[in-house]
Amino acid sequence: MNKEKKIARLILEDGSEFSGFTFGYEKNTTGEVVFNTGMVGYPETMTDPSYRGQILIFTYPLIGNYGIPDYERENNLLKYFESEQIHCRGIIVSDYSSEYSHWNAKRSLSDWMIEQKIPGIFGIDTRMLTRKLRDKGTMLGKIIIDEKVNIGFEDVNKLDLVGEVSVKEPVEYKRGSKKIVLVDCGTKNNIIQAYLKRDITVLRVPYNYDFSKEKANGILISNGPGDPKICKSTIENTKKVMNKNIPILGVCLGSQIMALAAGANTYKLKYGHRGHNQPCNEMGTKRCYITSQNHGYAVDSESLPEDWREWFINDNDGTNEGIIHISKPFFAAQFHPEASPGPDDTEFIFDMFLRALK
Amino acid sequence: MIKRGKPKKVLILGSGALQIGQAGEFDYSGSQAIKALREDGIISILVNPNIATIQTSENFADKVYFLPIKAEFVEKIIQKEEPDSILLQFGGQTALNVGVELYESGTLAKYGVKVLGTPVEAIEATEDRLLFGNKVSEIGLKVALSKTASNVEEALKVAQEIGFPVMVRIAYALGGLGSGIVNNKEELLEKAQRAFSFTKQILIEESLYGWKEVEYEIVRDKFNNCITICSMENIDPMGIHTGDSVVIAPVQTLSAHENFKLRSVGIKLIRHLGIIGECNIQYALDPKSDDYRIIEVNARLSRSSALASKATGYPLAFIAAKLALGYALNEVENIITRETSAMFEPALDYVALKFPRWDLQKFRQVSTQLGSEMKSVGEVMSLGRSFEEVLQKAIRMLDIGMNGFVGNDLLFTDLDDELARPTDKRIYAIAKALQVGYTVEKIHELSKITPWFIYKMKNIVDTELKLKELKLSKISNVLMEEAKQNGFSDLQIAHLTSSKELEVRKYRKSLNVIPVVKQIDTLAAEYPAQTNYLYLTYHGREDDIKFGDKNQIIVLGSGAYRIGSSVEFDWCCVNAVLTCNKLDYKTIMINCNPETVSTDYDICDKLYFEQLTFERVLDIYDKENPEGVIISMGGQIPNNLALKLHDAGIKVLGTSPSQIDNAEDRHKFSQILDRLEIDQPGWEELTSLNEAKEFAKKVGYPVLIRPSYVLSGAAMSIVLSDIELEEYLDKAASISKEHPVVISKFITEAREIEVDAVADNGKLYCYAISEHVENAGVHSGDATIVLPPQRTYLETMRRVKMVTKAIAKELQITGPFNIQFIAKDNEVKVIECNLRASRSFPFVSKVLKINFIDIATKLIMGEKLPRIDKSSFDVDYVGVKAPQFSFTRLKGSDPVLGVEMASTGEVACLGDDFNEAFLKSFISTGFRIPKKAVMLSTGTLKEKAEFLEESKKLFNLGLKIYATKGTAEFLNQNGIAAEILSWPLELDEPNVITYLNEGKIDLVINIPKNAEKDELDNDYLIRRKAVDMNVNLITNIQVAKRFVKSLTRYKVDQLEIKSWDEYN
Repeated sequence: MNKEKKIARLILEDGSEFSGFTFGYEKNTTGEVVFNTGMVGYPETMTDPSYRGQILIFTYPLIGNYGIPDYERENNLLKYFESEQIHCRGIIVSDYSSEYSHWNAKRSLSDWMIEQKIPGIFGIDTRMLTRKLRDKGTMLGKIIIDEKVNIGFEDVNKLDLVGEVSVKEPVEYKRGSKKIVLVDCGTKNNIIQAYLKRDITVLRVPYNYDFSKEKANGILISNGPGDPKICKSTIENTKKVMNKNIPILGVCLGSQIMALAAGANTYKLKYGHRGHNQPCNEMGTKRCYITSQNHGYAVDSESLPEDWREWFINDNDGTNEGIIHISKPFFAAQFHPEASPGPDDTEFIFDMFLRALK
Repeated sequence: MIKRGKPKKVLILGSGALQIGQAGEFDYSGSQAIKALREDGIISILVNPNIATIQTSENFADKVYFLPIKAEFVEKIIQKEEPDSILLQFGGQTALNVGVELYESGTLAKYGVKVLGTPVEAIEATEDRLLFGNKVSEIGLKVALSKTASNVEEALKVAQEIGFPVMVRIAYALGGLGSGIVNNKEELLEKAQRAFSFTKQILIEESLYGWKEVEYEIVRDKFNNCITICSMENIDPMGIHTGDSVVIAPVQTLSAHENFKLRSVGIKLIRHLGIIGECNIQYALDPKSDDYRIIEVNARLSRSSALASKATGYPLAFIAAKLALGYALNEVENIITRETSAMFEPALDYVALKFPRWDLQKFRQVSTQLGSEMKSVGEVMSLGRSFEEVLQKAIRMLDIGMNGFVGNDLLFTDLDDELARPTDKRIYAIAKALQVGYTVEKIHELSKITPWFIYKMKNIVDTELKLKELKLSKISNVLMEEAKQNGFSDLQIAHLTSSKELEVRKYRKSLNVIPVVKQIDTLAAEYPAQTNYLYLTYHGREDDIKFGDKNQIIVLGSGAYRIGSSVEFDWCCVNAVLTCNKLDYKTIMINCNPETVSTDYDICDKLYFEQLTFERVLDIYDKENPEGVIISMGGQIPNNLALKLHDAGIKVLGTSPSQIDNAEDRHKFSQILDRLEIDQPGWEELTSLNEAKEFAKKVGYPVLIRPSYVLSGAAMSIVLSDIELEEYLDKAASISKEHPVVISKFITEAREIEVDAVADNGKLYCYAISEHVENAGVHSGDATIVLPPQRTYLETMRRVKMVTKAIAKELQITGPFNIQFIAKDNEVKVIECNLRASRSFPFVSKVLKINFIDIATKLIMGEKLPRIDKSSFDVDYVGVKAPQFSFTRLKGSDPVLGVEMASTGEVACLGDDFNEAFLKSFISTGFRIPKKAVMLSTGTLKEKAEFLEESKKLFNLGLKIYATKGTAEFLNQNGIAAEILSWPLELDEPNVITYLNEGKIDLVINIPKNAEKDELDNDYLIRRKAVDMNVNLITNIQVAKRFVKSLTRYKVDQLEIKSWDEYN
């Protein structure tokens, strides 16, 4: 770093404070502080709508190495990002790399954040911070760059985060004759791409759209930020389509919404699962998959109704990672089969859904 | 768990002697495999002649055979032991090749031995380049365009088709032996000719020079669960062997898309191949797109997998063994967290950097250029939380006198050339280039190194610049922190600010810039881990662990493997730790070598994977406040730290550091010997050529010279005349007031004797006397060593013991020590004394079945031990330790023995007599019994006469005898039919070189005459050609005689197949 380093502070709701240096856009911010253990993929992660309202710690210390790609589009979606903008409210890293090199990079991470008005702080002992969150649970926090401006802690889980990230009007991505309705609770681009690649027409609808009346071969309820219980209308509509016996796939938040629609319960995890290395056992087999995950809430498997089964469980802590109906074509994964960033081991779930489409 | 077909008795093949391309990492992997078997109650039988390994220690395998890892020996062991299964993945390429041979010959089927883990068909598919290419293409993946050739003409045709430059590769070769990029027809012809002496098939490939080189470690269980454990990126791009590359884990300059694409490609291929257990996959990645090529798959534990294990904390070898037994990945516990299973991919919150250690200056005439053939003899790994930090730490860990990335005074005559055509010094050339103002872009253009790495290196140079302008007291807290985070040592800062190391330390601490201790937990702190695997970093505010444990002992490890210090010191360290554990101390290990067992975190209570430097040991000592530090087990590095640590107020356990200094300081030690009336060869420290000549005249030539400053080539040399003396002090070393030279009388035709011993407060407790087969003049590390001595007079032995006792008493030794003697005509002289464990401690411990290190550690810790029964030292069998050389890999090097050590490893075998043990040892180092013809050029007339009897024996064995003119005439005069071959430089036929090229000779005995220049060159050409053509070579007369004696006494099938415990 040849530029003069400017000091920034991170303050947690328990009063603890960490001093570092600023990069990206220089403004104060607040949000829920969570950590992600992935070692690559900051452009994809930061544009994942599920991080809406959160301040993201990268546990991997060297960030920014390969810069940020250009805004190329494929199927009218940004090719190298998971949505149109950065969704996390700020990032916390140990060693930010102001210089980058990659054939596909067009700008530095810092410049991209400046463009998108997202602040960052580096020089933080991110391991110490992660251990704290692990022991005490997820906390609210704020990044203070401008000492003259005072901001409070905002509890983002009380916000309509899904409403903020969902499309406002239905969008159709035309492909083959089969069509799925994608209920956009904050979908990642790669879920859409995965079905377009499979020649399926995708009708992307807002999270509160009444998709029960839509004529489609299947319903996919996407990932998204925050507490699933806030998505009341989505849960209601899901209940309606469950009565119609139409194939339904849930991903991440979508899985929790399906569980709630089926009558089960969800709860908040102490510090969530965020990373690319979460092992999930497929129940009744010796198969285990490495999955990409990003969730702070989970399905309470004890509360599953009689005709539902646990499909996957987390090999590390035993929490639910997927549910499946015993007779109907309803199934859901808590992890991200679309990967991006992350391993694509469970992409077969998309193919299962494809086969189930009527 | 496993319900059916769990094996009961498993044979494990080791990897034999350490050599370039196959080193200590296989002691780690084999030891882990044995532990995994033991946990399951399975009986393990180990074959490995590498006696200095941990895996061949008591309480590891149930039975150990110190025998050659060769199909014929292994078959006999199978016959005798009747194992139901065999593990091939844990002994490197050696074990794999022998396993495949036994499988193909039907031997395994004949005795009903099942191959555990990856099936042999899958191994073959990864080893045969053509088969491999097909396998990869079958599933739509990409390999480099390539074709096989089975003769030189075909090779040329294929190369022309693909277009120069092309890469030449050889099937079934460890460490890329014989491989390389060739630019034109001539280079191809030369390379191909050499290659076909080793192999029947070579591969010509498109050259991917300048592409990024990345590797992934992949494990798969038999239920088809398949995961990647670690990604690694070579900082040196394609073209330099990965063993000679600086490697960082995880990958740094790949996007998520590229990273996960390569992961998927790897998993797809590994499933297709059907690997069960562990493997390594290497890719080339286009730096300008996301195009890739699969380079190769190693279907076994490898150097990279050992590195990945240590880099991530994921115990790859242990888990691979469990998977081979039939477990599923999620049935095996993650032994580091104890909370999760082995079914996960480690998330790192730090980086690990591997740096190779080369010892090329030890070899005469060797090319220092790096390429696709590996040349390094060891490596270090550094851990930290920034690239700058790990790079500088790693360079210091090498222990080659470099202070870090910057702060070394190296001169480069042609920087551009050094950057573009790398030698072992390239990293320092990059530093120099940045210092003199080369742009990152230009360095990238020349070196093809990804710019990101160069930007990071530039950060170090920038910080250096900031420091340079300042006085120590003017360094701000922020700058001090930046410097330490960028990996600067106190010493580097001291040099830049014209201050002293300890002053910097004191000032830095006053600024409260202190490193923190972090854990390696495999999960980036996501779950609480009970891990004791630790490193220090300046990128942090908090220690992960609490201090204050009582009864802690630090053991300092041996650092990077290098010529003269390798696995034997790791054996000593591990044994010291194990003994301290038994004595209820809490042990702390400090070491930085990923190829070791001492850095397995289940060995000690705490493992600091850290630099063995004064500064870092103090840092750890400050935090841990232990009872003391054991410095006598890890060889010369800790030994050199002893006095400094002592002076800094650290409690050094065992022999007092001031006594260590008395033994290390030539002047002090010499005075002590004089006082004790112990003989030593005459020596003097001199500062001018005239003085040197005068001294030589006084004691008479030959003399041994040890300069304190070496210009080029080897440090020590024997010279025979004034002319040679002048030449040497002119070209190779300098002599001046600043750089004095030690010259001593070189005693010819004398024998060398070594004592390895342990003393307690000056009283000799136990000792072993061994003798060298070679006469004095061969470095003890290259000597063939016999225990108990076979030819030493009783009177000499008694004198050796008396001297040993006197020295132990005088230096008040407590702990291990080693003395080297020279013996001639019943007189003994002391040539060296080390107050630490020596290279031969594992050898004598295992031959005598008395663990010298266990005893030494107990005595150091103040335990009282009962005396050992004298008869324990008197055994009815013989152990012979033989050196392993890696000359084949060091292109151009002169494969001759001298006063500088050149061997990279060793083996030792036991036998009922000297000849049997000798022959087993020699076969273990790769010697084949000659069947066709022997080529003799046996030195001076005196030596020719000395070898006459053996020449006759060779002839009587039915071998054809070829000889150079003088030797042939001498033999013919003495009634032995020998055919004359012309010297290489005579260029007429029949010529030695031609005969070697054509494979007509299978043993060369070349005893160099220390005379005329031409003949030296001729001798060199013969020796080099023999090595290049993989023909056995002997250059020492005593060894040659012993080899022939053994050959006449024993046929290979008469060598006894006896396990270690059967010798008693």
